[in-house]
Amino acid sequence: MQDMIVNGVRIDDTFAEAFDMSATGVVITAPTRKWAEIAAKTMTGFATSVIACGCEAAIDCELSPEETPDGRPGFRVLIFGFDAAGLELQLRNRVGQCVLTSPGAACFSGIDGGKRLKLGATLRYFGDGNQIAKKLGRKRYWRVPVMEGEFLIEHDTGMADVAIGGGNVLILGRSQAEVLAAAEAAAEAAMTVPGVILPFPGGIVRSGSKVGSKYAGMFASTNNAFCPNLRGEPGSLLDMDTGSVLELVMDGLSFEAILESMKRALHAACAFGPDKGIQRISAGNYGGNLGRHHFRLRDIV
Amino acid sequence: MAALTFTLKAAPPERLDLSLLVPDKLKDLSAREIERLGIGTTPTGVVVGDLFTVSGTDLTDIRFAGGSDRFDGVGTGLKGASLHVDGDVGAYLGRGMKSGKIVVAGSLTGPYGATAATGGVIRVTGNAADATAASIPGAMAGLAGATLIIEGNAGDLLGDRLRRGVILVQGSVGALAGARMVGGTIISAALGRRAGQGMKRGTLIAGTVEDIEPTFVFSGSYTEAFLPLLRRWVASEAGAGFAALVPQVAQRYRGDMASLGKGEILIG
Repeated sequence: MQDMIVNGVRIDDTFAEAFDMSATGVVITAPTRKWAEIAAKTMTGFATSVIACGCEAAIDCELSPEETPDGRPGFRVLIFGFDAAGLELQLRNRVGQCVLTSPGAACFSGIDGGKRLKLGATLRYFGDGNQIAKKLGRKRYWRVPVMEGEFLIEHDTGMADVAIGGGNVLILGRSQAEVLAAAEAAAEAAMTVPGVILPFPGGIVRSGSKVGSKYAGMFASTNNAFCPNLRGEPGSLLDMDTGSVLELVMDGLSFEAILESMKRALHAACAFGPDKGIQRISAGNYGGNLGRHHFRLRDIV
Repeated sequence: MAALTFTLKAAPPERLDLSLLVPDKLKDLSAREIERLGIGTTPTGVVVGDLFTVSGTDLTDIRFAGGSDRFDGVGTGLKGASLHVDGDVGAYLGRGMKSGKIVVAGSLTGPYGATAATGGVIRVTGNAADATAASIPGAMAGLAGATLIIEGNAGDLLGDRLRRGVILVQGSVGALAGARMVGGTIISAALGRRAGQGMKRGTLIAGTVEDIEPTFVFSGSYTEAFLPLLRRWVASEAGAGFAALVPQVAQRYRGDMASLGKGEILIG
Protein backbone atom coordinates (compact mmCIF):
# COMPACT_ATOMS: atom_id res chain seq x y z
CA MET A 1 0.00 0.00 0.00
CA GLN A 2 1.32 3.39 -1.00
CA ASP A 3 2.26 5.74 1.80
CA MET A 4 0.13 8.84 1.94
CA ILE A 5 2.03 12.09 2.34
CA VAL A 6 0.56 15.58 2.09
CA ASN A 7 3.00 18.49 2.14
CA GLY A 8 5.55 16.29 3.89
CA VAL A 9 3.04 15.24 6.56
CA ARG A 10 2.41 11.51 6.89
CA ILE A 11 -1.22 10.41 6.79
CA ASP A 12 -2.03 7.16 8.59
CA ASP A 13 -4.03 4.64 6.58
CA THR A 14 -6.74 4.46 9.20
CA PHE A 15 -10.27 5.71 9.74
CA ALA A 16 -12.39 7.70 12.14
CA GLU A 17 -15.20 5.70 13.64
CA ALA A 18 -18.49 7.55 14.16
CA PHE A 19 -21.91 6.83 15.54
CA ASP A 20 -25.55 7.38 14.72
CA MET A 21 -27.02 10.33 16.58
CA SER A 22 -30.11 12.50 16.46
CA ALA A 23 -29.79 16.23 15.97
CA THR A 24 -31.89 19.32 16.26
CA GLY A 25 -31.20 22.96 15.65
CA VAL A 26 -32.40 26.40 16.62
CA VAL A 27 -31.84 29.88 15.26
CA ILE A 28 -31.14 32.49 17.90
CA THR A 29 -31.48 36.17 17.08
CA ALA A 30 -31.01 39.37 19.04
CA PRO A 31 -31.01 43.12 18.40
CA THR A 32 -27.24 43.03 17.89
CA ARG A 33 -24.77 40.43 16.69
CA LYS A 34 -23.03 40.63 20.02
CA TRP A 35 -26.07 39.56 22.02
CA ALA A 36 -27.10 36.90 19.53
CA GLU A 37 -23.64 35.40 19.89
CA ILE A 38 -23.71 35.61 23.69
CA ALA A 39 -27.04 33.76 23.82
CA ALA A 40 -25.88 31.14 21.31
CA LYS A 41 -22.57 30.54 23.04
CA THR A 42 -24.17 30.37 26.45
CA MET A 43 -26.74 27.81 25.40
CA THR A 44 -24.05 25.65 23.81
CA GLY A 45 -21.76 25.82 26.81
CA PHE A 46 -20.94 22.60 28.68
CA ALA A 47 -22.05 20.56 25.69
CA THR A 48 -18.93 18.74 24.56
CA SER A 49 -19.85 15.13 25.09
CA VAL A 50 -23.26 13.55 25.14
CA ILE A 51 -22.26 11.15 27.91
CA ALA A 52 -21.60 13.74 30.59
CA CYS A 53 -23.29 16.88 29.22
CA GLY A 54 -26.50 15.37 27.88
CA CYS A 55 -25.80 16.62 24.38
CA GLU A 56 -23.14 17.94 22.04
CA ALA A 57 -23.84 21.43 20.81
CA ALA A 58 -22.17 24.37 19.14
CA ILE A 59 -22.79 27.24 16.76
CA ASP A 60 -23.14 25.96 13.19
CA CYS A 61 -23.00 29.30 11.42
CA GLU A 62 -23.75 32.97 11.66
CA LEU A 63 -26.85 34.24 9.84
CA SER A 64 -27.22 37.66 8.31
CA PRO A 65 -30.37 39.66 9.12
CA GLU A 66 -31.75 38.69 5.70
CA GLU A 67 -31.48 35.01 6.59
CA THR A 68 -33.21 35.10 10.00
CA PRO A 69 -36.98 34.91 10.49
CA ASP A 70 -37.21 38.28 12.23
CA GLY A 71 -34.61 40.19 10.23
CA ARG A 72 -32.16 40.55 13.10
CA PRO A 73 -28.60 39.21 13.41
CA GLY A 74 -28.53 35.56 14.40
CA PHE A 75 -26.74 32.29 14.80
CA ARG A 76 -27.78 28.76 13.99
CA VAL A 77 -27.03 26.28 16.73
CA LEU A 78 -26.96 22.49 16.29
CA ILE A 79 -27.57 20.09 19.14
CA PHE A 80 -26.72 16.38 18.92
CA GLY A 81 -28.08 13.73 21.27
CA PHE A 82 -29.16 10.12 21.37
CA ASP A 83 -32.90 10.47 20.92
CA ALA A 84 -35.86 12.83 20.69
CA ALA A 85 -36.64 12.74 24.39
CA GLY A 86 -33.09 13.65 25.33
CA LEU A 87 -32.96 16.47 22.80
CA GLU A 88 -36.28 17.87 24.00
CA LEU A 89 -35.01 17.97 27.56
CA GLN A 90 -31.82 19.72 26.48
CA LEU A 91 -33.79 22.25 24.42
CA ARG A 92 -36.06 23.04 27.34
CA ASN A 93 -33.21 23.46 29.80
CA ARG A 94 -30.76 25.25 27.55
CA VAL A 95 -33.18 27.59 25.77
CA GLY A 96 -35.03 28.17 29.02
CA GLN A 97 -31.94 29.08 31.01
CA CYS A 98 -29.75 30.68 28.36
CA VAL A 99 -31.93 32.20 25.62
CA LEU A 100 -35.09 33.14 27.50
CA THR A 101 -32.81 34.93 29.96
CA SER A 102 -30.58 36.69 27.43
CA PRO A 103 -31.45 40.33 26.60
CA GLY A 104 -33.36 40.73 23.35
CA ALA A 105 -32.96 37.12 22.28
CA ALA A 106 -35.56 35.24 20.23
CA CYS A 107 -35.50 31.56 19.30
CA PHE A 108 -36.71 29.89 16.11
CA SER A 109 -36.70 26.47 14.52
CA GLY A 110 -33.33 25.64 12.98
CA ILE A 111 -34.24 22.39 11.22
CA ASP A 112 -37.32 22.12 9.03
CA GLY A 113 -38.03 18.45 8.58
CA GLY A 114 -38.45 15.36 10.71
CA LYS A 115 -40.15 14.81 14.00
CA ARG A 116 -41.16 17.99 15.78
CA LEU A 117 -39.48 18.72 19.10
CA LYS A 118 -41.08 21.01 21.63
CA LEU A 119 -39.53 24.43 21.92
CA GLY A 120 -41.93 27.24 22.86
CA ALA A 121 -44.46 24.48 23.50
CA THR A 122 -42.94 24.04 26.95
CA LEU A 123 -41.27 27.41 27.56
CA ARG A 124 -44.47 29.36 26.95
CA TYR A 125 -45.62 28.45 30.45
CA PHE A 126 -43.08 30.91 31.80
CA GLY A 127 -45.67 33.50 30.76
CA ASP A 128 -47.98 32.31 33.54
CA GLY A 129 -51.07 32.68 31.41
CA ASN A 130 -50.06 35.95 29.77
CA GLN A 131 -48.29 34.29 26.84
CA ILE A 132 -49.74 34.99 23.39
CA ALA A 133 -49.84 32.40 20.59
CA LYS A 134 -49.49 33.60 17.02
CA LYS A 135 -49.88 31.26 14.10
CA LEU A 136 -48.47 32.57 10.83
CA GLY A 137 -49.06 30.09 8.02
CA ARG A 138 -47.92 26.70 9.26
CA LYS A 139 -45.72 28.03 12.03
CA ARG A 140 -46.82 28.87 15.55
CA TYR A 141 -44.97 31.36 17.69
CA TRP A 142 -45.24 32.31 21.33
CA ARG A 143 -44.83 35.78 22.74
CA VAL A 144 -43.93 35.53 26.40
CA PRO A 145 -43.91 38.73 28.45
CA VAL A 146 -40.64 39.22 30.36
CA MET A 147 -39.28 42.11 32.42
CA GLU A 148 -37.28 43.46 29.50
CA GLY A 149 -40.14 43.26 27.02
CA GLU A 150 -41.15 40.14 25.19
CA PHE A 151 -39.54 36.75 24.48
CA LEU A 152 -40.43 35.46 21.02
CA ILE A 153 -40.07 31.73 20.48
CA GLU A 154 -41.29 29.29 17.85
CA HIS A 155 -43.58 26.49 19.03
CA ASP A 156 -41.37 23.63 17.88
CA THR A 157 -38.32 22.75 15.86
CA GLY A 158 -37.35 19.84 13.63
CA MET A 159 -35.13 16.84 14.13
CA ALA A 160 -32.64 15.05 11.92
CA ASP A 161 -32.58 11.42 13.03
CA VAL A 162 -29.83 10.31 10.67
CA ALA A 163 -27.15 12.58 12.09
CA ILE A 164 -23.65 11.35 12.86
CA GLY A 165 -21.38 12.09 15.77
CA GLY A 166 -17.70 11.33 16.19
CA GLY A 167 -15.87 12.20 13.01
CA ASN A 168 -12.35 13.08 14.06
CA VAL A 169 -8.83 13.98 13.03
CA LEU A 170 -5.67 13.61 15.14
CA ILE A 171 -2.88 16.09 14.56
CA LEU A 172 0.57 14.90 15.69
CA GLY A 173 3.56 17.20 15.91
CA ARG A 174 6.77 18.28 17.49
CA SER A 175 5.62 20.60 20.26
CA GLN A 176 2.46 21.74 22.02
CA ALA A 177 2.62 25.25 20.58
CA GLU A 178 3.15 24.07 17.01
CA VAL A 179 0.39 21.46 17.18
CA LEU A 180 -2.01 23.97 18.73
CA ALA A 181 -1.35 26.48 15.97
CA ALA A 182 -2.11 23.85 13.33
CA ALA A 183 -5.14 22.57 15.24
CA GLU A 184 -6.58 26.08 15.49
CA ALA A 185 -6.30 26.52 11.74
CA ALA A 186 -7.72 23.04 11.16
CA ALA A 187 -10.68 23.68 13.48
CA GLU A 188 -11.42 26.96 11.78
CA ALA A 189 -11.41 25.25 8.38
CA ALA A 190 -13.50 22.33 9.65
CA MET A 191 -16.18 24.68 11.01
CA THR A 192 -16.78 26.23 7.60
CA VAL A 193 -18.82 23.24 6.45
CA PRO A 194 -22.57 23.89 6.90
CA GLY A 195 -24.27 21.33 9.11
CA VAL A 196 -21.12 20.39 11.00
CA ILE A 197 -20.18 21.41 14.53
CA LEU A 198 -17.04 20.88 16.58
CA PRO A 199 -18.43 20.77 20.12
CA PHE A 200 -15.18 20.80 22.10
CA PRO A 201 -13.47 23.98 23.37
CA GLY A 202 -12.51 25.95 20.29
CA GLY A 203 -13.26 22.79 18.33
CA ILE A 204 -10.21 21.04 19.81
CA VAL A 205 -9.81 18.11 22.23
CA ARG A 206 -6.53 17.52 24.02
CA SER A 207 -7.67 14.43 25.92
CA GLY A 208 -8.79 11.85 23.43
CA SER A 209 -10.03 8.73 25.16
CA LYS A 210 -10.03 4.99 24.75
CA VAL A 211 -12.85 2.70 25.74
CA GLY A 212 -12.60 1.23 29.25
CA SER A 213 -10.25 1.67 32.16
CA LYS A 214 -8.37 -0.32 34.76
CA TYR A 215 -10.75 1.19 37.30
CA ALA A 216 -14.18 -0.38 37.71
CA GLY A 217 -16.99 1.92 36.67
CA MET A 218 -14.94 4.08 34.31
CA PHE A 219 -16.23 3.75 30.76
CA ALA A 220 -13.45 5.74 29.17
CA SER A 221 -9.94 6.76 30.07
CA THR A 222 -6.93 8.45 28.54
CA ASN A 223 -5.77 7.31 25.13
CA ASN A 224 -2.38 5.85 26.17
CA ALA A 225 -1.28 5.14 22.65
CA PHE A 226 -1.22 8.86 21.76
CA CYS A 227 0.09 10.31 25.05
CA PRO A 228 3.60 11.72 24.60
CA ASN A 229 4.35 11.09 28.29
CA LEU A 230 3.82 7.39 27.63
CA ARG A 231 6.17 7.17 24.64
CA GLY A 232 8.27 4.07 24.69
CA GLU A 233 5.69 1.96 26.46
CA PRO A 234 4.40 -1.06 24.53
CA GLY A 235 1.38 -0.02 22.47
CA SER A 236 2.46 3.60 22.08
CA LEU A 237 1.71 4.81 18.57
CA LEU A 238 3.95 7.86 18.79
CA ASP A 239 7.42 8.36 17.39
CA MET A 240 10.01 9.50 19.90
CA ASP A 241 10.09 13.02 18.43
CA THR A 242 6.31 13.52 18.59
CA GLY A 243 5.72 15.89 21.46
CA SER A 244 1.99 16.61 21.36
CA VAL A 245 -1.30 15.39 19.87
CA LEU A 246 -4.57 17.30 19.49
CA GLU A 247 -7.85 15.96 18.17
CA LEU A 248 -10.73 17.57 16.30
CA VAL A 249 -14.16 15.99 16.76
CA MET A 250 -16.98 16.65 14.28
CA ASP A 251 -20.70 16.04 14.58
CA GLY A 252 -22.66 16.51 11.38
CA LEU A 253 -26.04 16.22 9.76
CA SER A 254 -24.72 13.91 7.03
CA PHE A 255 -21.81 11.60 6.24
CA GLU A 256 -20.72 13.80 3.36
CA ALA A 257 -20.68 16.93 5.52
CA ILE A 258 -18.43 15.31 8.12
CA LEU A 259 -16.14 13.89 5.46
CA GLU A 260 -15.81 17.33 3.88
CA SER A 261 -15.14 18.89 7.28
CA MET A 262 -12.43 16.29 8.03
CA LYS A 263 -10.94 16.93 4.62
CA ARG A 264 -10.69 20.67 5.21
CA ALA A 265 -9.21 20.06 8.67
CA LEU A 266 -6.64 17.61 7.35
CA HIS A 267 -5.45 19.88 4.58
CA ALA A 268 -5.40 22.97 6.81
CA ALA A 269 -3.21 21.11 9.31
CA CYS A 270 -0.96 19.65 6.64
CA ALA A 271 -0.42 23.12 5.18
CA PHE A 272 1.80 23.83 8.20
CA GLY A 273 4.15 21.00 7.17
CA PRO A 274 7.13 19.46 8.96
CA ASP A 275 8.97 22.81 9.05
CA LYS A 276 6.31 24.11 11.40
CA GLY A 277 6.36 20.95 13.45
CA ILE A 278 3.46 19.00 11.98
CA GLN A 279 4.50 15.40 11.44
CA ARG A 280 1.54 13.14 11.05
CA ILE A 281 -2.26 12.95 10.79
CA SER A 282 -4.22 10.07 12.22
CA ALA A 283 -7.79 9.32 13.30
CA GLY A 284 -9.47 7.67 16.26
CA ASN A 285 -11.41 4.45 16.11
CA TYR A 286 -12.38 1.50 18.29
CA GLY A 287 -11.45 -1.25 15.90
CA GLY A 288 -14.42 -0.57 13.67
CA ASN A 289 -16.98 -2.63 15.53
CA LEU A 290 -18.69 0.03 17.65
CA GLY A 291 -19.62 2.71 15.16
CA ARG A 292 -21.47 2.20 11.91
CA HIS A 293 -19.74 5.05 10.08
CA HIS A 294 -16.11 4.87 9.01
CA PHE A 295 -14.36 7.94 7.60
CA ARG A 296 -11.18 6.72 5.91
CA LEU A 297 -8.36 9.24 5.74
CA ARG A 298 -7.42 7.66 2.39
CA ASP A 299 -10.65 9.12 0.95
CA ILE A 300 -9.87 12.71 1.91
CA VAL A 301 -6.19 13.06 1.09
CA MET B 1 -55.10 19.27 -18.63
CA ALA B 2 -57.04 22.49 -18.94
CA ALA B 3 -58.57 24.14 -15.88
CA LEU B 4 -62.14 23.15 -15.12
CA THR B 5 -63.86 26.35 -16.23
CA PHE B 6 -67.40 27.54 -15.64
CA THR B 7 -68.13 30.30 -18.11
CA LEU B 8 -71.16 32.36 -17.15
CA LYS B 9 -73.69 32.54 -20.00
CA ALA B 10 -76.37 34.76 -18.48
CA ALA B 11 -77.04 36.74 -15.33
CA PRO B 12 -78.33 34.38 -12.62
CA PRO B 13 -82.11 34.66 -12.19
CA GLU B 14 -81.89 33.82 -8.50
CA ARG B 15 -79.25 33.33 -5.75
CA LEU B 16 -77.02 30.38 -6.57
CA ASP B 17 -75.59 27.83 -4.16
CA LEU B 18 -72.26 26.95 -5.75
CA SER B 19 -70.96 24.91 -2.83
CA LEU B 20 -71.11 21.75 -4.96
CA LEU B 21 -68.57 23.08 -7.44
CA VAL B 22 -65.47 22.01 -5.51
CA PRO B 23 -63.11 19.10 -6.29
CA ASP B 24 -64.40 16.80 -3.54
CA LYS B 25 -67.93 16.98 -4.88
CA LEU B 26 -67.00 16.81 -8.58
CA LYS B 27 -64.30 14.16 -8.66
CA ASP B 28 -66.45 11.24 -9.83
CA LEU B 29 -68.68 13.20 -12.20
CA SER B 30 -68.57 13.48 -15.99
CA ALA B 31 -69.01 16.84 -17.71
CA ARG B 32 -72.64 15.93 -18.46
CA GLU B 33 -73.29 15.05 -14.84
CA ILE B 34 -71.71 18.33 -13.70
CA GLU B 35 -74.02 20.24 -16.04
CA ARG B 36 -77.03 18.58 -14.42
CA LEU B 37 -76.07 19.55 -10.84
CA GLY B 38 -78.69 21.69 -9.15
CA ILE B 39 -77.36 25.05 -8.04
CA GLY B 40 -80.58 27.01 -7.60
CA THR B 41 -82.09 28.09 -4.33
CA THR B 42 -85.76 28.18 -5.35
CA PRO B 43 -88.12 25.50 -6.72
CA THR B 44 -87.35 26.53 -10.32
CA GLY B 45 -84.57 23.93 -10.44
CA VAL B 46 -81.67 25.85 -11.95
CA VAL B 47 -78.82 23.52 -12.93
CA VAL B 48 -75.18 24.25 -13.86
CA GLY B 49 -75.83 23.84 -17.57
CA ASP B 50 -78.53 26.54 -17.54
CA LEU B 51 -76.06 29.25 -16.57
CA PHE B 52 -72.58 28.00 -17.32
CA THR B 53 -70.62 26.48 -20.18
CA VAL B 54 -68.41 23.81 -18.64
CA SER B 55 -64.99 23.10 -20.12
CA GLY B 56 -61.72 21.55 -18.98
CA THR B 57 -61.17 18.69 -16.56
CA ASP B 58 -58.44 19.77 -14.12
CA LEU B 59 -60.07 19.62 -10.69
CA THR B 60 -57.05 21.20 -9.01
CA ASP B 61 -57.58 24.40 -10.99
CA ILE B 62 -61.19 25.59 -11.05
CA ARG B 63 -62.16 28.84 -12.74
CA PHE B 64 -65.31 30.90 -12.95
CA ALA B 65 -65.24 33.15 -16.01
CA GLY B 66 -67.68 35.81 -14.85
CA GLY B 67 -69.09 36.46 -11.42
CA SER B 68 -72.17 37.83 -9.75
CA ASP B 69 -73.30 39.03 -6.34
CA ARG B 70 -75.60 36.03 -6.47
CA PHE B 71 -72.70 33.54 -6.39
CA ASP B 72 -73.03 32.09 -2.87
CA GLY B 73 -70.91 29.36 -1.32
CA VAL B 74 -68.10 29.48 -3.87
CA GLY B 75 -65.20 27.25 -2.72
CA THR B 76 -67.05 25.80 0.27
CA GLY B 77 -64.79 23.34 2.12
CA LEU B 78 -62.09 23.71 -0.54
CA LYS B 79 -59.18 21.37 0.01
CA GLY B 80 -55.85 21.65 -1.76
CA ALA B 81 -57.06 23.17 -5.02
CA SER B 82 -56.85 26.55 -6.66
CA LEU B 83 -60.06 28.42 -7.41
CA HIS B 84 -60.32 31.63 -9.41
CA VAL B 85 -63.38 33.83 -9.86
CA ASP B 86 -63.30 36.48 -12.52
CA GLY B 87 -65.91 38.78 -11.01
CA ASP B 88 -67.86 39.39 -7.80
CA VAL B 89 -69.17 36.73 -5.45
CA GLY B 90 -71.98 36.73 -2.89
CA ALA B 91 -72.12 35.20 0.57
CA TYR B 92 -70.12 32.36 2.16
CA LEU B 93 -67.07 32.46 -0.09
CA GLY B 94 -64.65 29.74 0.99
CA ARG B 95 -66.75 28.73 3.96
CA GLY B 96 -64.97 26.00 5.94
CA MET B 97 -62.08 25.98 3.50
CA LYS B 98 -59.28 23.61 4.55
CA SER B 99 -56.39 24.40 2.24
CA GLY B 100 -55.58 25.67 -1.23
CA LYS B 101 -56.09 29.09 -2.72
CA ILE B 102 -59.05 31.20 -3.77
CA VAL B 103 -58.65 34.37 -5.80
CA VAL B 104 -61.61 36.64 -6.42
CA ALA B 105 -60.90 39.23 -9.07
CA GLY B 106 -63.80 41.32 -7.83
CA SER B 107 -65.55 42.02 -4.55
CA LEU B 108 -67.17 40.03 -1.77
CA THR B 109 -70.69 41.42 -1.89
CA GLY B 110 -72.30 39.08 0.64
CA PRO B 111 -71.57 38.29 4.28
CA TYR B 112 -69.66 35.44 5.94
CA GLY B 113 -66.86 35.10 3.40
CA ALA B 114 -64.15 32.79 4.78
CA THR B 115 -66.20 31.89 7.83
CA ALA B 116 -64.87 28.80 9.63
CA ALA B 117 -62.06 28.48 7.09
CA THR B 118 -59.25 26.60 8.81
CA GLY B 119 -56.49 26.87 6.22
CA GLY B 120 -55.44 28.11 2.82
CA VAL B 121 -55.34 31.59 1.37
CA ILE B 122 -58.20 33.73 0.05
CA ARG B 123 -57.35 36.84 -1.91
CA VAL B 124 -59.95 39.43 -2.94
CA THR B 125 -58.91 42.22 -5.29
CA GLY B 126 -61.96 44.38 -4.52
CA ASN B 127 -63.87 45.17 -1.33
CA ALA B 128 -65.42 42.92 1.29
CA ALA B 129 -68.97 43.26 2.63
CA ASP B 130 -70.11 43.39 6.25
CA ALA B 131 -69.49 40.28 8.39
CA THR B 132 -66.65 39.00 6.27
CA ALA B 133 -64.69 36.34 8.19
CA ALA B 134 -67.35 36.61 10.89
CA SER B 135 -69.09 33.73 12.62
CA ILE B 136 -72.51 32.80 11.33
CA PRO B 137 -75.21 33.28 13.98
CA GLY B 138 -74.81 30.63 16.66
CA ALA B 139 -71.36 29.47 15.55
CA MET B 140 -68.43 29.68 17.94
CA ALA B 141 -65.92 30.97 15.41
CA GLY B 142 -65.56 33.06 12.28
CA LEU B 143 -62.34 32.67 10.36
CA ALA B 144 -60.45 29.82 12.03
CA GLY B 145 -56.95 29.59 10.60
CA ALA B 146 -56.97 30.64 6.95
CA THR B 147 -55.33 33.77 5.57
CA LEU B 148 -57.68 36.36 4.07
CA ILE B 149 -56.23 39.13 1.93
CA ILE B 150 -58.47 42.03 0.90
CA GLU B 151 -56.95 44.59 -1.44
CA GLY B 152 -59.81 47.08 -1.05
CA ASN B 153 -61.88 48.02 2.00
CA ALA B 154 -63.92 45.87 4.36
CA GLY B 155 -67.30 46.49 6.00
CA ASP B 156 -68.49 46.21 9.58
CA LEU B 157 -67.98 43.17 11.82
CA LEU B 158 -64.89 42.01 9.97
CA GLY B 159 -63.60 38.96 11.83
CA ASP B 160 -66.38 38.84 14.41
CA ARG B 161 -65.46 35.86 16.62
CA LEU B 162 -62.21 35.41 14.73
CA ARG B 163 -60.47 32.40 16.18
CA ARG B 164 -57.17 31.94 14.35
CA GLY B 165 -55.54 33.08 11.13
CA VAL B 166 -54.68 36.44 9.65
CA ILE B 167 -56.88 39.01 7.88
CA LEU B 168 -55.12 41.68 5.84
CA VAL B 169 -56.98 44.71 4.54
CA GLN B 170 -55.09 47.19 2.42
CA GLY B 171 -57.77 49.85 2.84
CA SER B 172 -60.00 50.69 5.76
CA VAL B 173 -62.36 48.59 7.83
CA GLY B 174 -65.81 49.50 9.18
CA ALA B 175 -67.06 49.32 12.74
CA LEU B 176 -66.68 46.40 15.15
CA ALA B 177 -63.62 44.85 13.53
CA GLY B 178 -62.53 41.83 15.53
CA ALA B 179 -65.50 42.03 17.86
CA ARG B 180 -65.64 39.04 20.23
CA MET B 181 -62.48 37.62 18.70
CA VAL B 182 -60.66 34.85 20.58
CA GLY B 183 -57.43 34.73 18.58
CA GLY B 184 -55.84 35.55 15.27
CA THR B 185 -54.74 38.82 13.74
CA ILE B 186 -56.39 41.60 11.75
CA ILE B 187 -54.12 44.07 9.99
CA SER B 188 -55.42 47.11 8.11
CA ALA B 189 -54.72 50.75 7.34
CA ALA B 190 -57.63 51.98 9.46
CA LEU B 191 -60.19 50.48 11.79
CA GLY B 192 -63.60 52.02 12.48
CA ARG B 193 -65.41 52.57 15.76
CA ARG B 194 -65.80 49.90 18.45
CA ALA B 195 -62.86 47.91 17.15
CA GLY B 196 -62.21 44.79 19.20
CA GLN B 197 -65.33 45.13 21.28
CA GLY B 198 -65.58 42.12 23.59
CA MET B 199 -62.39 40.55 22.29
CA LYS B 200 -60.78 37.96 24.55
CA ARG B 201 -57.49 37.35 22.79
CA GLY B 202 -55.92 38.20 19.45
CA THR B 203 -54.32 41.16 17.78
CA LEU B 204 -55.62 44.14 15.84
CA ILE B 205 -53.03 46.19 13.99
CA ALA B 206 -53.89 49.44 12.21
CA GLY B 207 -52.52 52.81 11.25
CA THR B 208 -55.49 54.50 12.92
CA VAL B 209 -58.39 53.39 15.09
CA GLU B 210 -61.46 55.58 15.38
CA ASP B 211 -62.53 56.30 18.98
CA ILE B 212 -60.78 53.41 20.67
CA GLU B 213 -63.08 51.76 23.20
CA PRO B 214 -62.68 52.94 26.80
CA THR B 215 -62.35 49.33 27.91
CA PHE B 216 -58.90 49.13 26.31
CA VAL B 217 -55.96 50.19 28.47
CA PHE B 218 -52.85 51.84 27.11
CA SER B 219 -49.72 49.77 27.73
CA GLY B 220 -46.99 51.85 26.13
CA SER B 221 -45.06 51.61 22.92
CA TYR B 222 -44.27 48.24 21.40
CA THR B 223 -41.18 47.50 19.31
CA GLU B 224 -40.59 43.78 19.90
CA ALA B 225 -39.16 41.23 17.46
CA PHE B 226 -42.65 40.00 16.71
CA LEU B 227 -43.26 43.03 14.46
CA PRO B 228 -40.41 42.35 12.00
CA LEU B 229 -41.28 38.65 12.04
CA LEU B 230 -44.86 39.47 11.16
CA ARG B 231 -43.85 42.02 8.54
CA ARG B 232 -41.62 39.50 6.83
CA TRP B 233 -44.34 36.87 6.82
CA VAL B 234 -46.93 39.31 5.45
CA ALA B 235 -44.51 40.35 2.70
CA SER B 236 -44.04 36.73 1.64
CA GLU B 237 -47.74 35.95 1.82
CA ALA B 238 -49.37 39.10 0.45
CA GLY B 239 -46.67 41.38 -0.93
CA ALA B 240 -44.78 44.50 0.08
CA GLY B 241 -47.86 46.74 0.03
CA PHE B 242 -49.46 44.77 2.84
CA ALA B 243 -46.17 44.41 4.74
CA ALA B 244 -46.05 48.20 4.99
CA LEU B 245 -49.18 48.00 7.16
CA VAL B 246 -47.14 46.40 9.97
CA PRO B 247 -45.55 49.28 11.89
CA GLN B 248 -41.96 49.52 13.12
CA VAL B 249 -43.15 51.07 16.36
CA ALA B 250 -46.68 50.71 17.68
CA GLN B 251 -48.74 52.07 20.55
CA ARG B 252 -50.18 49.08 22.36
CA TYR B 253 -53.59 48.87 24.00
CA ARG B 254 -54.74 45.83 25.94
CA GLY B 255 -58.30 44.64 26.09
CA ASP B 256 -61.15 44.26 25.93
CA MET B 257 -61.08 44.62 29.71
CA ALA B 258 -64.86 44.16 29.72
CA SER B 259 -64.08 40.65 28.51
CA LEU B 260 -61.05 38.44 29.16
CA GLY B 261 -58.67 41.30 28.34
CA LYS B 262 -55.84 39.30 26.81
CA GLY B 263 -56.13 40.83 23.38
CA GLU B 264 -54.31 43.85 22.01
CA ILE B 265 -54.64 46.70 19.56
CA LEU B 266 -51.38 47.92 18.03
CA ILE B 267 -51.56 51.34 16.43
CA GLY B 268 -48.72 52.65 14.33
